Amino acid sequence: MITLTEVLTLSGLLFSIAVAGVFLNRKNVILLLMCIELMLLAVNFNFVAFSRFLGDINGQIFVFFILTVAAAEAAIGLAILVVLFRERRSIDVEDLDSLQG
Amino acid sequence: MMFETILFFAFSAVLVGAALGVVLARNPVYSALLLVVCFFNSAVIWLMLDAEFLGIVLVLVYVGAVMVLFLFVVMMLDVNLEELRKGLAGYWPIAAAVAGLMVFAILNVVITKRLGGIALHAAPPLPPGYSNTQALGEALFTRYAYPAQLAAVILLVASIAAIVLTLRHRTGVKPQNVGEQVRVSAKDRVRLVKMPSEKRP
Repeated sequence: MITLTEVLTLSGLLFSIAVAGVFLNRKNVILLLMCIELMLLAVNFNFVAFSRFLGDINGQIFVFFILTVAAAEAAIGLAILVVLFRERRSIDVEDLDSLQG
Repeated sequence: MMFETILFFAFSAVLVGAALGVVLARNPVYSALLLVVCFFNSAVIWLMLDAEFLGIVLVLVYVGAVMVLFLFVVMMLDVNLEELRKGLAGYWPIAAAVAGLMVFAILNVVITKRLGGIALHAAPPLPPGYSNTQALGEALFTRYAYPAQLAAVILLVASIAAIVLTLRHRTGVKPQNVGEQVRVSAKDRVRLVKMPSEKRP
């Protein structure tokens, strides 16, 4: 049987790897978005595990909404990225402030 | 029961390895493909945790839609990778320190403190005839009907915003405007002028 401790440890490892990825790929907006997706995946792991081990379906409903918002966030983030690349020919985070106005 | 644990550890090992690959890969295309591996392994683990519907949704929505979008954008943009990697090599100690601190904090709560005393060693058995999809649907369309509508509106707004952001108006081109061409009538184009004819000298 899978125990709750194992799943929570796995999700903690995933989240920490994603946080390290934000530091390591500080300039590349595409990789920053991927690291955010990894973090959301780790959070969803927690919700699914607690939902199973507490016998409560509401946790899985919450995962459903997190997936919705994450998909919307990825779409808008990639659209902003495309606009940034068209304007500046780079996807450096430091160029993002030049998109205002 | 032992077999399930072995499967869980095997998929977890692949998942953590692929996540490390996402973070450390030199090429963003490899990162995106390794993220697909991550999502597949997560879906399998969710299936093992009896969340069948969410496991399938993760594969359909994430692998089928979101990661394809990522791959499209990665391949569409012609990014200078050397420029982006410059000056980032010195950041691995702080990244390792922060990640190690977070792992330590989480393991402290989960393993040492045992979640503040909640002992949840075995999952409660599922009732006979239990269907995860049915339970999820009953909750989603009764108690959570209003939030579900709200989620649909969020998706609509996001898709409109993505289209509006990336819509390109080119200046300097002269496209054909069919509507204006159809709307035009003869009296806007031809003007009949009455004037006396010239006399022969």
